[in-house]
Amino acid sequence: MQISVNGEVERIEPQSLESYLTTKSLLGRRIAVERNGDIVPKSQFSEVILEDGDVLEIVHAIGGG
Amino acid sequence: MTDTIQVGSYTLKSRLLVGTGKYRDLDETGLAIEASGADVVTMAVRRTNLGQNPNEPNLLDVISPDRYTLLPNTAGCHTADDAVRTCRLARELLDGHNLVKLEVISKSRTLYPDVVETLSAARTLVDDGFEVMVYTSDDPLIALELEAIGCVAVMPLGAPIGSGLGLQNPYNIREILDNLKVPVIVDAGVGTASDATVAMELGCEGVLMNTAIAQAKDPIKMAHAMRLAIESGRLAYEAGRMPRKRYADASSPETGLIE
Repeated sequence: MQISVNGEVERIEPQSLESYLTTKSLLGRRIAVERNGDIVPKSQFSEVILEDGDVLEIVHAIGGG
Repeated sequence: MTDTIQVGSYTLKSRLLVGTGKYRDLDETGLAIEASGADVVTMAVRRTNLGQNPNEPNLLDVISPDRYTLLPNTAGCHTADDAVRTCRLARELLDGHNLVKLEVISKSRTLYPDVVETLSAARTLVDDGFEVMVYTSDDPLIALELEAIGCVAVMPLGAPIGSGLGLQNPYNIREILDNLKVPVIVDAGVGTASDATVAMELGCEGVLMNTAIAQAKDPIKMAHAMRLAIESGRLAYEAGRMPRKRYADASSPETGLIE
């Protein structure tokens, strides 16, 4: 199936958000995730199963004024 | 200084609020922020690079949320919708921390605040439980409206972002100060220490700056200078300046002179 992550289209096997973040070495890091316009709380990463067409935004903190 | 300012539910010890952008590296960022004495530190929210080294240092490793009051901004957002989404991501990123700096900026070279979108985003964010410190123009009517919406601090620009021109319209800033009950904090436009002092002498509750420190030749020394400038300006405001006179008024007694 196909999902969009931070504007890039990616083909992945069906899996949980937690599993996806683990493959990207992002689990446990200071990030926040939005899925199809809604925030996914950290506590729900393992329950959310990614679906074809999902649009994810994964963000972190950087310097800014 | 022993005085504090109250911004919503947050009690701040320093009247200098600082940004974390445009530094050479994270080490310099950390040292400059420490030298500034600030407890409110702004940060931006951006897409994570998916190919990054997992051991890459993170801003939050240097600017610990346990030590500083982090103020996520919505810089780069041109619509109310994007600004609201960014604030919600920031709240999740910082484990429910609800203090945000709202800025919705035009795409023009002035980076001037888009007050129409700003007002709309402010309403949504206040309704959603955020404590909103809002960057805005120096228009006294818009400042009043942002206070009425429920923003916890109103932050008019002194001059365009990153310009370092100093306060361009002190009369408008003074007018905003006269009308608002929430803290008024000058955000953007400060170039050097005296600019910060001018803002504080007007009676502003604080000054938020980034480029003036980060782009100084020696950012750590400039951070220290800004800390003193803010304290100095505040003390002068509290002390109350002498009246201006058109002609000289001798400082030494004019009687008892030798003949």
